[in-house]
Amino acid sequence: MGKILQLREAIREGMVEEMRRDERVFLMGEEVGQYNGAYKVSKGMLDEFGPKRVIDTPISELGFAGIGVGAAMNGLRPIVEFMTWNFAVLAFDQVVNNAAKTLNMSSGEFTCPIVFRGPTGSAGQLAQQHSQTFESWLGNAPGLKVISCVDPADAKGLIKSAIRDDDPVCMMESELMYGYKGEVPEGEYLVPIGVAAVRRTGSDVTIVSFNKMMIQALKAAEELAKESISAEVIDLRTIRPVDYHTIIESVKKTNRLVVVDESWPLFGVSAEIAYEVQKFAFDYLDAPVIRVNAADTPLPYAPTLVEAWLPNPEKVIRAVKQVMYVPAN
Amino acid sequence: MATTARKSSKSKKEQPKYSKEQYLSWYELMLRIRRFEEAALLAYSQQKIRGFLHVYIGEEAVAAGIESAIRREDAVITAYRQHGTAIGRGVSTRAAMAELFGKKTGINKGKGGSMHFFSAKHRYFGGNGIVGAQIPVGTGIAFAEKYKGTDNICVTMFGDGAARQGALHESFNMAMTWQLPVLYICENNHYAMGTSVARTSNVHEIYKIGCAYEMPSEPVDGMNPESVHEAVSRAAEHVRSGKGPYFLEINTYRYKGHSVSDPAKYRTKEELMQYRAKDPIKTIEARILDFGLASAEELKDIKQRIEAEIQDAVRFAEESPYPDPEELYEDVYVQPDYPFMKD
Repeated sequence: MGKILQLREAIREGMVEEMRRDERVFLMGEEVGQYNGAYKVSKGMLDEFGPKRVIDTPISELGFAGIGVGAAMNGLRPIVEFMTWNFAVLAFDQVVNNAAKTLNMSSGEFTCPIVFRGPTGSAGQLAQQHSQTFESWLGNAPGLKVISCVDPADAKGLIKSAIRDDDPVCMMESELMYGYKGEVPEGEYLVPIGVAAVRRTGSDVTIVSFNKMMIQALKAAEELAKESISAEVIDLRTIRPVDYHTIIESVKKTNRLVVVDESWPLFGVSAEIAYEVQKFAFDYLDAPVIRVNAADTPLPYAPTLVEAWLPNPEKVIRAVKQVMYVPAN
Repeated sequence: MATTARKSSKSKKEQPKYSKEQYLSWYELMLRIRRFEEAALLAYSQQKIRGFLHVYIGEEAVAAGIESAIRREDAVITAYRQHGTAIGRGVSTRAAMAELFGKKTGINKGKGGSMHFFSAKHRYFGGNGIVGAQIPVGTGIAFAEKYKGTDNICVTMFGDGAARQGALHESFNMAMTWQLPVLYICENNHYAMGTSVARTSNVHEIYKIGCAYEMPSEPVDGMNPESVHEAVSRAAEHVRSGKGPYFLEINTYRYKGHSVSDPAKYRTKEELMQYRAKDPIKTIEARILDFGLASAEELKDIKQRIEAEIQDAVRFAEESPYPDPEELYEDVYVQPDYPFMKD
């Protein structure tokens, strides 16, 4: 039996449990303390842990990401919150050039056990600069691990694993989904990094997705079931390392694959999965892999343009019918 | 009266401020760094060392004066002109030279090369290749010391070029706000690659940047380990006692170009000669002899010993094996069974 938590509460519970467990863990970022978090993820944490361990920073993403890296190299286990990953672009030098490479360029002399976390992706009509996904950018860099999930139980279990991990981990959350509820197991609960989850079993087609696009994928699967199309839905949960074994096993069964990914189409997570499948399940495919991405454009403000830009269940259903050679309605 | 006093102090022979051991230790370290760098340049010209090579020749007094003024437990982090700083920390010339040769006996198994030496044992946090990016990292190292409640400080070094990076300003601001035990040191060698300090900002005296954050900041003569030692001792004491950060702009000069591929045509020969005339090794050698702390014979013995050490380091580097190709997948993740994408 578990309890029902919002995504933000589940992430908070994971952080709080790890901070109680390990004095070296601290949280740092913009508005994480007195303001209780821009999205209330860290609500109440300043009260419990005090300003030594819940640290409000100035708006200096590059600077505090670097301070996190230095603290991690010198024996602490920082959680660095970015208000959104869009702002973390300023800090990518520290994430990609330092955190990801500390172990390698020091040949193991120093580790960098740090968690960078915050929301990714679009969140309504926030326009061009607040609506980007970064999973494929970060997933490209050896040395990093990348988590992207919205299921509250996963989020709690994965952030706990991330905090305990000796490698740097980027955790991608979602502004729109912070209020999303789910059952979270009571007591100590860990989810291993690098393992996908089959959310719905099916036999006709495999749909792979992650983060808030999972909701669109599951809605599409429900609709397809009404038309007697049985879709298996896989939640990647981790982007790096990607669990392609689970995908391959599913494709061997269904022989068809649709990838639903809010990233832009070029060089994205969906492209990587399509590569893995053609490499390891070529003989099992009955149709080309089709992907459903955000449009290959920045995201404009107007609601009609947001609608046109994002993947949705209709687009997923269309893609599934395409790989099944079923005429669209 | 005043005239007499001035006369008598002038005629009085200057006394050494520090012990014989201190002067000899500065002399030996600076000589070790210079001979090491000269040997590295030679090996580079023979294509035994590849990649980038930024040598420290001319700047030795900075590393020497810092090391004598701080503790072994203090942390040090710097940029990519870093062989001298690492050797000052105690990294052996064998391990350093083998690293330049890309050999598995190098300080970082041949994985880091000239820009990236790291040694946990020596509390040496690199060896960092992105200009200015080590400034927030050094600030974070200091943050951890304060968090853990030690009285260690982190000496965070950077060049005059890095002083123009936003990372410096963000770091200065947070370090002062949180009163972190960090001693910032700008090694001002007057050129960011080929661009002079005067061409990169309206503010030519870099120490003044610290004043914007109300950080105690001052300029230091970097051509003599005595002046460096004196300033760093004072600044380190301030930082260690919990009074927050300190910023020193240590003025120095690199005799060679930015890297081996740089003929340094952006500066005059006269300027170079002006600094060579203040060469830190010659200065300390003259002071040792003037003070009668050691004889010319004793200094010659030190020189011979250092030369033999560097020759041995080069031989060691040459004879050492390269890393095995299987090493490629080591030290990427701590996780031992990380599933790399190999095909």
